[in-house]
Amino acid sequence: MAERRTRYARDPLGLKRALSDRLLPGLVAAMALLAALALAGSRGAAALKDRWQQGAAAAVTVQLPPEQAARMDDALSLLRAMPGVAAAEAVDSARMRELLRPWLGEVPALPLPSVLELRLENLSIDPAPIGRQLAEAVPGAELEAHGIWVARLAALARSVQGVALAVLALVVGVAVAVVAVATRAGLASRRQAIEILHDLGATQGDIAGRFARRIGLLAAGGALAGAALAVPTLGAMASLAAPLSGGVVQPWSALPWLDLLLLPPVAGAIGWATAQFSVRRWLKRLP
Amino acid sequence: MVRFTAVGLRYPSPDGQEGPEALADLTFTLPEGSFTWLLGASGAGKSSLLRLMHLALLPTRGELEVLGVRVNAARRGALPALRRRIGVVFQDFRLLPYLSAFDNVALPLRLAGRSEASLRPDVTEMLRWVGLQGKELSLPQQLSGGEQQRIAIARAVVTRPALLVADEPTGNLDSHQARRLLALLAQMNRLGTTVVVATHSEDLVEQFPAQALLLEDGRVVHHG
Ligand SMILES: Nc1ncnc2c1ncn2[C@@H]1O[C@H](COP(=O)(O)OP(=O)(O)OP(=O)(O)O)[C@@H](O)[C@H]1O
Ligand SMILES: [Mg+2]
Repeated sequence: MAERRTRYARDPLGLKRALSDRLLPGLVAAMALLAALALAGSRGAAALKDRWQQGAAAAVTVQLPPEQAARMDDALSLLRAMPGVAAAEAVDSARMRELLRPWLGEVPALPLPSVLELRLENLSIDPAPIGRQLAEAVPGAELEAHGIWVARLAALARSVQGVALAVLALVVGVAVAVVAVATRAGLASRRQAIEILHDLGATQGDIAGRFARRIGLLAAGGALAGAALAVPTLGAMASLAAPLSGGVVQPWSALPWLDLLLLPPVAGAIGWATAQFSVRRWLKRLP
Repeated sequence: MVRFTAVGLRYPSPDGQEGPEALADLTFTLPEGSFTWLLGASGAGKSSLLRLMHLALLPTRGELEVLGVRVNAARRGALPALRRRIGVVFQDFRLLPYLSAFDNVALPLRLAGRSEASLRPDVTEMLRWVGLQGKELSLPQQLSGGEQQRIAIARAVVTRPALLVADEPTGNLDSHQARRLLALLAQMNRLGTTVVVATHSEDLVEQFPAQALLLEDGRVVHHG
């Protein structure tokens, strides 16, 4: 009996029934799952972008065979004069050794090819004609353009990140709308009770607070479920993406745990604030 | 004290336009600690006047002062505290359907922030006073009309309000219970509560002679 009393005392508006614990948490769980995927997508794209942008520093390299090493300056001036080439620089032998050490170890005696780095004016320029023209002038010169592909992938990762953030913003917007609709439904079904409480001297803050606490709690619970559902999905995706970002395969540490942990409190805060706003606006009609 | 000065009240009509005035040119003063019968035919405006008195509505013109507060000039945020000093028995009871008799009566005390331990004896005693001991856990729909009305009365007086406003409080009561209620109202009035009771019952008025306010078509036609 005492238990029943305290339960009623905490809920004079009957919100446990007016704001059911099924629909709103279910919708918020689905949106939290989407938000978690978007967040993970954005973080993953950002990591790939950073990695690829470093790799793309030398977009295009040109190799001259050792016997043509003397013609380095000819090759440089030829390349610099070509349309589409923004810059061309020789890679000095110290840096060459640095670059090759992981592959060849310390081998100062080895005859190293002469290497040039090119920067093209933009990523859409086709490097193949440049290579052909150079090979006519300096036989044996070879052009290596994989850096262009890496740079194009980095640009793709950048736009994937942008899309993921836009999806996130959309999910937040839809969440606010869903909470506002749920609050309005609750207000409509408890209209009489609200008017009675108001006439008995309840403050706006009291009434709005009851709605906001209930809805904040439901939203946080839904988001917790959504975040939990996201964990296995993201784990699988992380183990697929790990090799691409150059990491060791460690799916559990690769998950955006902080983002997942923040989802429930953020969803709760969004629900609380939206309910406060909707109820206070509705209460303006009462004197 | 309650003071009306040239007060008018217009309900909005369903199409959003302004309707006719339900109350017009009300000017009167009810002194602190007075007892007043509010009389008038059905539709004369008794309930409307009481709604102004307990601040469920604000006047559309004129000046209204309740318990020393000028309602028109008051901040909106100041009104809830003022409402909590007024006890109201609504003509249609307005009980919360999913709260027990106990919780309905306890509601104004809880809104005032009283602790659970301190409100329990008051609520229990009030329920006993209106003859509902043993029905603490019943929901309103499990009670008769008269029992519901007595819960509404208990809820109105449990806070020992400075102003008590009762709209047809005996409409569903037998004559014995009506006399009991009248004794309760008279006792509260002796203890300093300003009491206003709207009624159609001439019997009731005869049992407790006091000043009367007679309404006709939304205007005061007699006061004294
Ligand atoms: N919510 C409302 N909206 C519009 N008009 C209303 C509203 N309530 C009352 N009225 C009008 O105000 C007038 C006075 O009504 P009120 O309820 O105050 O009368 P009353 O004296 O309490 O009648 P009764 O003795 O039947 O309870 C009536 O003409 C009624 O049509
Ligand atoms: Mg009436």
